[in-house]
Amino acid sequence: MDNFMAARSQMALSLGFHIIFSCIGMVMPFFMAVSHFLYLRSNNNIYQNITKAWSKGVAIFFATGAVSGTVLSFELGLLWPTFMKHAGPIFGMPFSLEGTAFFIEAIALGFFLYGWGKFNKWFHWFTGVIVGVSGLTSGILVVAANAWMNTPTGFDLVNGKYLNIDPIKAMFNPAWFSQALHMSIAAFAATGFAVAGVHALMIYRKKNIEFHLRSFRIAAIFGVLAAILQPLSGDISAKMVAKRQPAKLAAMEAHFNTEPYSPLILGGIPDEKNKTVNYAIELPGMLSFMIYEDFKKPVKGLDQIPKADQPPVAVTHYAFQLMVSLGMLMMALGVIYLIALAKKKSWFSKNWFLKLFILATPLGFIAVEAGWTVTEVGRQPWIVQGVMRTADAVTPMPGIAYSFYLFTAVYLSLSCVVVFLLYRQIKMVPVLYDVAGKPHLKAH
Amino acid sequence: MIYVVIVFLWLALLLYLVMGGADYGAGIIELFTSDANKSRTRRIMYNAIGPIWEANHMWLIIAIVILFVGFPVIYTTMSTYLHIPLVVMLMGIIARGTALTFRSYDAVRDDMQKVYNKVFVYSSFVTPLFLGIIAGSAVSGRIDPGANDFLHAYVLSWLNWFSVAIGFFTVALCGFLAAIYLIGEATDHPSRKSFIRKARIMNLAAFVAGAMVFIAAIIEKIPLVQWVFGNIIGIAAVSAASISLVVLWYLISRGKRYIIRVLAGFQVTMILLTTTYKHYPNIVILKGGGYLSLLENRGAEKAIESLAIALLIGGLFILPALGYLIYSFQKKGQDIEGH
Repeated sequence: MDNFMAARSQMALSLGFHIIFSCIGMVMPFFMAVSHFLYLRSNNNIYQNITKAWSKGVAIFFATGAVSGTVLSFELGLLWPTFMKHAGPIFGMPFSLEGTAFFIEAIALGFFLYGWGKFNKWFHWFTGVIVGVSGLTSGILVVAANAWMNTPTGFDLVNGKYLNIDPIKAMFNPAWFSQALHMSIAAFAATGFAVAGVHALMIYRKKNIEFHLRSFRIAAIFGVLAAILQPLSGDISAKMVAKRQPAKLAAMEAHFNTEPYSPLILGGIPDEKNKTVNYAIELPGMLSFMIYEDFKKPVKGLDQIPKADQPPVAVTHYAFQLMVSLGMLMMALGVIYLIALAKKKSWFSKNWFLKLFILATPLGFIAVEAGWTVTEVGRQPWIVQGVMRTADAVTPMPGIAYSFYLFTAVYLSLSCVVVFLLYRQIKMVPVLYDVAGKPHLKAH
Repeated sequence: MIYVVIVFLWLALLLYLVMGGADYGAGIIELFTSDANKSRTRRIMYNAIGPIWEANHMWLIIAIVILFVGFPVIYTTMSTYLHIPLVVMLMGIIARGTALTFRSYDAVRDDMQKVYNKVFVYSSFVTPLFLGIIAGSAVSGRIDPGANDFLHAYVLSWLNWFSVAIGFFTVALCGFLAAIYLIGEATDHPSRKSFIRKARIMNLAAFVAGAMVFIAAIIEKIPLVQWVFGNIIGIAAVSAASISLVVLWYLISRGKRYIIRVLAGFQVTMILLTTTYKHYPNIVILKGGGYLSLLENRGAEKAIESLAIALLIGGLFILPALGYLIYSFQKKGQDIEGH
């Protein structure tokens, strides 16, 4: 593995790992706050227990997300020093605000986790809400920084020098809104379905049904609403990509030729040599319509982009197809659940219903990873779109492959430990959390 | 505006050294505690740092963000030539951060606790060791952007007696801070006595490591003596630290637990002041006597300006909230639940 590939792989691994943990750490506090609210209103102990059980998960995910985030802030320099030397001052604004948001989150988490019975109960609840709000804020800020790499603004490039730097303009770059919206909704959908799936499994196994039913309901409603809203934000994102990164859009769609009535290509195997897509379903004019709301207007294809500036088509296309299909599946499942709610039908005794949700547990996160693959691979060969090439940004230090192996081993073992810990949390629900009538429950 | 940023950078480093340092020190103390006393020490320690421990480590993030937004050349020079110690430190941060959380939130108490404990105590030692090595390397004049072989560019930049001695000095300092902090948290007499003994040992270790730093500086031809004693601020800071140390040991036996914490923090402040004052505004010394200065290597004016504003606004939110957090969990007689 050469140095450049190793650096890219290590970055992809670190981001891929961090994204899952930070999504859960950012969304679960909202579930927690809802069940905490229901507890404070109804005084029903089950909700207190759900809140406590979830808060353990939040603590585990926060810690893992926080350390992997710390690592990322160093890795930017360790792996891409040339990029950071120029980009740091330009796109650093969201990072400096993110530092504050993250700090607030850590403080609020301290209050929330250790504050049971020590503060006014509504203040305690409020600190939990702050955990969620500041987590979401820091997520949005980090995505805004990434959006700058896709649509760099707020500076002038004159003779290789980065002049007239305007950090505020860089932060509110054209893609910040569409990307932040798409990612935030994705986080809610993915976490909602993942948490609901775990509780569905426990209902399926007929364990602590009351506890898991109520937990399922909270998580599923968040996930379902997000999944149903997501195509809207996807549409906004696609239009932004078409406008600012035509090469990425062309790779996403495996759209080789610029022609009127540009087709929407579903599935298929792109053949980069012959510039065709085999075994695909083509919907003529649909791509033109989706981007320009005009069936005839041609969408820029890869033929109009210099070879040296083209991203890898196959990876981008597959990742995009995967993301969209998983999103559609989740939306369909969401509609089924909404029908159940509207018809006031309880399908929780029906195996097919539970099985669907159990199977959907990982879908959102696979979609999130696929989506990031589209964003990052689709931008190649640029680290800053049209401004700096990834190959020019990499560290001069040789032997990054070893560092990549090290990080892979660490992240793999960490993932195993976290799964193991969650398994034990869930296994211990009957002992620790589902004890009715015990007002002040000790964790252990 | 640049001075606002520099003050925040220095404060972030100081608070990381004091609060994060006491935090690392807790793990170091645990490492050097006999098995018989480990679980009691752990309980006292966890009660003390549990609620604020996530916040303690945010100072590092703040410092690193200030560096890459405000002083990108310094950030990238350090991350290029000190890549290896930085990776080791990051491994330590990952191991420690997760191990502490995992041992607190694992729903089942069994032999896994031993694994978490081992990971926690060893990474508590390794992380500040390499933090110290990185800090030492920044001023040791061994970073050589002209080097074109791996050994000189990426290994000898940090692997030298001076940097390693500073690493051990940092470890001892963290242990000392933690021991002093924990004296006030101990609820029974034997624990308090044992923490006082540990503070003494760590204090001695810091003296020895400090002496080693001076010896290493002589071996490596680094004019440390001149840096520390060659200016009035250095001499004043060293004297103030020495006097406060005497006062601290006098007060320990009288059970003044809050004042000794302040004094221990004061010691660290004086040490950081001495070591940074002479070099200000240069924070990285390169091979051949070149410097990377905070004033000359700053990012664009607009970037510094917005960074300063972000820091001021952030400080407005963070400091009162953090103060209230520490105050709330300092009130006595509170049994910590939730872990």
